[in-house]
Amino acid sequence: MAEPRRVLVLVKYVPDAAGERSFADADSTTVRTTEGLLSELDEYAVEEALSLAESGGWEVTVATMGPEQAGAAIRKALQMGADAGIHISDEALHGTDALGTSAVLAAAVRKFSDEGGCDLLLCGMASTDAGMSVIPAMLAERLGLPQVSFASQLSVEGDTVRIRRDSETATETIESRLPAVVSVTDQINEPRYPSFKGIMAAKKKPVTTWSLADLGIEPAEVGLAASWSPVTEVSKRPPRGQGTIITDDGEGGVALAEFLAAEKFI
Amino acid sequence: MDALDLLDLDSLIEETDAALREVVRRFGAERVAPRVPGWFERADLSPDQVRELAVELGSIGLLGMHLHGYGCAGTSATAYGLACLELEAVDAGLRSLVSVQGSLVMFAIHRFGSEAQRQQWLPRLAAGTAIGCFGLTEADFGSNPAGMRSTARRDGTDWVLQGTKMWITNGSLADVAIIWARSIDEDGQPGPIRGFVVPTDTPGFSATTIHHKLSLRASITAELVLEGVRLPADAVLPEAVGLRAPLSCLDEARFGIVFGVMGAARSCYEVARDYALTRVQFDRPIAAFQLTQAKLAEMAVAVGQGTLLALHLGRLKDAGSLLAEQVSAGKFANVPAALQVARTARSILGGNGITLEYPVIRHMLNLETVLTYEGTHEMHTLVLGAAITGIPAFR
Ligand SMILES: Cc1cc2nc3c(=O)[nH]c(=O)nc-3n(C[C@H](O)[C@H](O)[C@H](O)COP(=O)(O)OP(=O)(O)OC[C@H]3O[C@@H](n4cnc5c(N)ncnc54)[C@H](O)[C@@H]3O)c2cc1C
Repeated sequence: MAEPRRVLVLVKYVPDAAGERSFADADSTTVRTTEGLLSELDEYAVEEALSLAESGGWEVTVATMGPEQAGAAIRKALQMGADAGIHISDEALHGTDALGTSAVLAAAVRKFSDEGGCDLLLCGMASTDAGMSVIPAMLAERLGLPQVSFASQLSVEGDTVRIRRDSETATETIESRLPAVVSVTDQINEPRYPSFKGIMAAKKKPVTTWSLADLGIEPAEVGLAASWSPVTEVSKRPPRGQGTIITDDGEGGVALAEFLAAEKFI
Repeated sequence: MDALDLLDLDSLIEETDAALREVVRRFGAERVAPRVPGWFERADLSPDQVRELAVELGSIGLLGMHLHGYGCAGTSATAYGLACLELEAVDAGLRSLVSVQGSLVMFAIHRFGSEAQRQQWLPRLAAGTAIGCFGLTEADFGSNPAGMRSTARRDGTDWVLQGTKMWITNGSLADVAIIWARSIDEDGQPGPIRGFVVPTDTPGFSATTIHHKLSLRASITAELVLEGVRLPADAVLPEAVGLRAPLSCLDEARFGIVFGVMGAARSCYEVARDYALTRVQFDRPIAAFQLTQAKLAEMAVAVGQGTLLALHLGRLKDAGSLLAEQVSAGKFANVPAALQVARTARSILGGNGITLEYPVIRHMLNLETVLTYEGTHEMHTLVLGAAITGIPAFR
């Protein structure tokens, strides 16, 4: 049998939107929640990699950069069915901006590729916390790879990846040679529940941890201090005010329309 | 502090078990919870719907999840308990389906069956493509199954089953029934109780659904008639000789019940808390009144205590040291506690508490079955009495 091709899915550990948030970090630049999880938008990328693997001949590895707790995002992907995980973790990474993150990820991809090849890189279309959508492009640039973004459909034939991208006015079909960086949207598939067998099997799957030293990156190149656009402060938004309650005494529709007009919704 | 996990019991749950629980919680909330109130109200859950549910449960890996091999997931016993908790938070009928399939039917075959029986049935039962039922109780022999009248008469190498079984969950749609009957040798001499793996399409096997239940309405219950059901020699469970065998299956299922009822209780508490915080009387949310707060405190503590007890039994079971009497203690403590929580929640909801718009009265009614099946509350009281004093008071 031929060696399986290797897809690397880049995932992020994000705060659970449903969790409690606190803002009292030492440098008050980080939003913390008690609970975090695999970014929902990255689940689509994992699912896409898994269905590629099910079509045969692919091995799925997931990688994340983040603190120790971020291992949970890798474990979730392994539970869904990914084969292996890479956790890039280093004290010095705290506060790294997108540019720094892309440099670290690029180094990790090179290392991954050196160790066994890398045929495809998959990412979600954005993270659910920072929501910048820039990492795939930065990564492609740093690695000198083609980038096809916002795929709502993906297929691979030989050394070509073909994606569909839906915009408001047109649907494009785009082809690229492999390896390439592809980001996928939330329209591309329906991510699976991890099965019990998947959860049990995940306990035995390999997770490798890489530090900055493993990647040949100097701590000074990353982190809050090296950030091009550091977050200097985070504070809580005041809670939303009470809504307006309109009692329908026969004129409810009119009152509603007036309200919407006053708020410039209509 | 998390009002829904007052004692921070989540901190006692291992990561893998928590991940398994999360899958069940999500599955229950998304796939089953929206349909349960209708099934309960109309009592019209159909055999096809049960089969569909079983396939979904099987594809997740919930059926026989803590058994090993033969397509089973091989999780911890604690994870199985937590799954029961999440399922019963949706409805005890759903949990009963999983209990009967996994703990009664699959466990019986796994523990007492031949290799051929295991190979033939366990993978399909685990996948949910085959449904099983467990026939122990008879109309005249509930708490006292030792007196059962169903017989298995030896005829050459065959066995011939004769008798009736009552209150059999999924009896009228099962593909396979585990039937317990008094064996009779060729000379007409009674022998020990034996268990049989009976394909339900065997001539002489019939089942009628029991109607007019006001509890466990989202679950199918049936009466079985065994009229000269002729089975080959290899239909008997080789390792099951005597009443200890079916009773040990019940211990397994009961372990899940100790957790399960705390799911029903949690659901009632959660609904009552939300309701109390939003329902306004005398210009204040009713949660602001001390009497309501006392009720909420009682419920929160009861759910915490019962869940803690269940988790402790789970640890003992995972360590391989859990005793049947300890499971009895769990059922003895947790079912009445859950019923009390349900009734208290019912009162907080006032008039709304008696409608099926809220899950509370449904849980309350279901718990009446749970108090009775898998050994009645009274029987477990006597089991504990016997364990404590050394004097059995059953008869
Ligand atoms: C919805 C539902 C589903 C069920 N599913 C199944 C199933 O799948 N398979 C199966 O085999 N069975 C099943 N059962 C049967 C269940 O296990 C029995 O109902 C239970 O064992 C009690 O038996 P009984 O109803 O005959 O009550 P009885 O045994 O007649 O008891 C009546 C009352 O007398 C009390 N009592 C009896 N003996 C004593 C004593 N010595 N001392 C003090 N009090 C005593 C009991 O505790 C009870 O309060 C199911 C029951 C229900 C309601």
